[in-house]
Amino acid sequence: MSDFSIERGAADIARAVTAGSLSAADIVEAVLSRVDAVDGSVGAYLTPLHDLARGTAANVDARVRAGERLPLAGVPLAVKDNMCLTGTRTTAGSKILEHWVAPYTATAVARLLNAGCVPIGKANLDEFAMGSSCENSALGVTRNPYDLSRVPGGSSGGSAAAVAALEATIALGSDTGGSIREPAAFCNLVGFKPTYGRVSRYGLIAFASSLDQIGPLTRSVEDAALTYDAMAGFDTMDATSLDREVEPSATALREDLRGLRIGLVRQFDTKLLGTDVDAIYKKAYDDLAACGAEIVEVTLPTADYGLATYYLIAPAECSSNLSRFDGVRYGLRVEAKDVQAMYEETRAAGFGPEVKRRILIGTHALSSGYYDAYYVRAQKARTLIAHDFEKAFAGCDLIACPAASSPAFAFNAKSDPYSMYMMDYYTIPMSLAGLPALSVPCGWVTPPGGSAPMPLGLQLCAPLFAEPLLLGAAHAYERATKHATQHSPRVEAVSP
Amino acid sequence: MNWEAVIGIECHVELKTQTKMFCGCPNEFGAEPNTNVCPVCLGMPGALPVPNRVAIEHMVRAGLAFGAEIPAFSKFDRKNYFYPDMPKDYQISQFDMPLTSGGEVKYWLDDGTMKSCRLTRIHLEEDTGKSSHAGSGDGRIAGSEYSLVDFNRAGVPLMECVSEPEIRSSQDAVAYLTSLRETLLQLDVSDVKMEEGSLRCDANVSIRPVGATELGTKTEIKNMNSFRSVQRAIDSEIRRQIETVEAGGRVVQETRGWDEARGETHTMRSKEEAHDYRYFPDPDLVPMELQGDDIDRLRSSLAELPWQRFQRLTGEYGLNVKQAGQLIDNARLAEYFDRVVTASRNPQQSTNFVLGDLSRLANESGVAVADSKASPDDVAELIAMVDAKTINSKIAKTLVERMWKGDGSPKAIVEREGLSQTSDPGAVETFVDDVLAANPNIVAEYRAGKTNVAGFLVGQIMKASRGKADPALVNTVLKRKLE
Repeated sequence: MSDFSIERGAADIARAVTAGSLSAADIVEAVLSRVDAVDGSVGAYLTPLHDLARGTAANVDARVRAGERLPLAGVPLAVKDNMCLTGTRTTAGSKILEHWVAPYTATAVARLLNAGCVPIGKANLDEFAMGSSCENSALGVTRNPYDLSRVPGGSSGGSAAAVAALEATIALGSDTGGSIREPAAFCNLVGFKPTYGRVSRYGLIAFASSLDQIGPLTRSVEDAALTYDAMAGFDTMDATSLDREVEPSATALREDLRGLRIGLVRQFDTKLLGTDVDAIYKKAYDDLAACGAEIVEVTLPTADYGLATYYLIAPAECSSNLSRFDGVRYGLRVEAKDVQAMYEETRAAGFGPEVKRRILIGTHALSSGYYDAYYVRAQKARTLIAHDFEKAFAGCDLIACPAASSPAFAFNAKSDPYSMYMMDYYTIPMSLAGLPALSVPCGWVTPPGGSAPMPLGLQLCAPLFAEPLLLGAAHAYERATKHATQHSPRVEAVSP
Repeated sequence: MNWEAVIGIECHVELKTQTKMFCGCPNEFGAEPNTNVCPVCLGMPGALPVPNRVAIEHMVRAGLAFGAEIPAFSKFDRKNYFYPDMPKDYQISQFDMPLTSGGEVKYWLDDGTMKSCRLTRIHLEEDTGKSSHAGSGDGRIAGSEYSLVDFNRAGVPLMECVSEPEIRSSQDAVAYLTSLRETLLQLDVSDVKMEEGSLRCDANVSIRPVGATELGTKTEIKNMNSFRSVQRAIDSEIRRQIETVEAGGRVVQETRGWDEARGETHTMRSKEEAHDYRYFPDPDLVPMELQGDDIDRLRSSLAELPWQRFQRLTGEYGLNVKQAGQLIDNARLAEYFDRVVTASRNPQQSTNFVLGDLSRLANESGVAVADSKASPDDVAELIAMVDAKTINSKIAKTLVERMWKGDGSPKAIVEREGLSQTSDPGAVETFVDDVLAANPNIVAEYRAGKTNVAGFLVGQIMKASRGKADPALVNTVLKRKLE
């Protein structure tokens, strides 16, 4: 085995593998040993893929030897388990799909594999990507690598924990209302949600189709840009994917923020944050200015309606998207006296409480008599929110705000659904508007009752299609502040 | 009391496309169950639909043919309900913004009357799979041991054509369906085969006292698998409703099945609990924007429609309803016929030859008229020769058979074999004299008053002239000689 350090970044790994100084096979062995050593305590993976990883690594090495240029050659990848990968168990974190093996591969996953990534495992998530803590998985517990008594964030909690615990170099997550950005903030990572439609959703098990977007979770902005560049672009298999050229972002990374105006949203409620957290964000905005940005105030008068709007549209779509899990063709089936009873008992046994809650809300919001009052009004509010962002971006290039209202909290700390929903207060408006947004590490705070400092994430948001600008600016901020490397994950000492 | 029926027809027509509505699976009938399937049409987790452009164009062409409006914007909606043969447990359909709205189906009755029935809308949706229930013996779900589902049909593009309740009789319903089917067939957008399920229809039937304007309670009849069963089912249902009401009962709104063997409808399910389908715009599909240019291009691809052809054939050309129907049924024969008429300018004789002699030869040989060796120009030439009395009708019949075999143009055959009609009075007189001389007994019989023997003499004279003598002249000369 080589002296491969599992902390190396994707760009670095790909360069070394391409140059022949590292083999994908050696990398994968190092990462698999790490998984074997720590995943018992972290629980990032629902399904580790040792055999597939080794086979893929051998194949990558052969391709490199044959002279193929692979932008992500040998890069260990964690895949959120709501994305299909042929021949692997794909559960969406639900009992109803606990034993389902995907017969095809999601486009985003396929593109990364084609670019040279090696899949290490299928990562845990909140059931059907519904949740903000990863506590809603029906199939396993994932812990925050920076404090194992705390949640990794959700719904892409497994993906975040895998990268933070050095069980993968990059991970794919899906973001519907903040499900990449919030766990990235909790786990000291860069979490990037591209413009809606930039990355194909084909093969992503749908939660809310008009909001879902696949994106990377990485330990650096550069890795996020590389991953994004490798998977973004039109896909004939997804009618909502954008048939519009993708400007590469890995070559647009900036050294400073001079010439950029960064907007702070007047309407965002900072009382949610608490004094310590608020102070770190204030410092973050000062750091943006220190990097050369001009800080301006912008207004998003409808921003406060984001949460209410989201919790009508997302459940409405999920109530329909999850209909297919009925026990007829695949997944769990509870035998019953007739087909109607089979549906009822299968879905009762197969779905967890949060999923059921949202199906009920969504079914109600779409039912005749309530459709206009709820669904249609929410769609109108969504349009207003998108227009507000357009107006705000007339006065600034990027918007900055918190990624989450608190650092990672302890298990079972958010017992009522509403306080959990409030975690996404800052991420939801961007999702409703389809905008690209990311979370980048911005500081540490020791939460009340906590024994260790926990990371916080700064959210940056750009106009539609401005991914290169967004990633470029985040890179400059990351270089200037170096928050990401301030503390190490505390899982090394833990034996399985 | 006098009752009248109020009938609306809902037709589901599977569109003829290479691939299914939202995926690349083949759209074909009769494959092994569950072989034409993929993650998309099986509704596998994560699979997404991508619309089939050809299906959308078929819809627009159908809409234009029926004079419907084609809105600039259209979208797909989800119709949510649980059903085992529906992979996603919602059907991608269209709700408030269908691809076409309004329009009418013009149809004709056996007596040549033209009628029309307005369309509410034609919208596009995906078909579901097909369930079969096993173990009970009769194929019904009740008492069956298990059910099998074939998803080959799931995701096939399906046009739903909804009429206004403007049809008043079962005959009109069949005439409406005939015209609808002929039109779709001509547009080449569907095979419209009821036996293969590519055309399926339901009839909504209610009755009311003649003169009433309010609608009565309707029932919906399903499971009709031929136009004949549509007619019988509607008649039977009208009868049942009248009997029910006249016996003091009440018609219940429900779905009724048609039992072909018993010749009666029966309750399938009550419509008391109305379904809430929770329609909403499908977030996996973006709205469709139809460009004026595209619509113009599709409009210009429309040919003469069956009802227009019916009017032309019966009006301009004087064909009877049955003859016109024969030509509407068979587009290639109609095109052949049109070429003959155009060249001959004699619709009557064109009808006689094309629908008579040529169609008979086609039936006997199994070769379509349009594929035969007799070209429309040759047939027109033949008609011109008959008109000019160059040949008589008997020779004409022989010539048709020779042309069918590929012996060449009628003129060439006639010239080659000297078959032109003999109209020279002297020559005819010679034939007549010879036959009279050879048959003194027959002549005697005729003169004794048995005039019907003249036919035999005419036959002998024609035979002697090898069929070439002008029959009218033969008659005149013969009569003169005998009297």
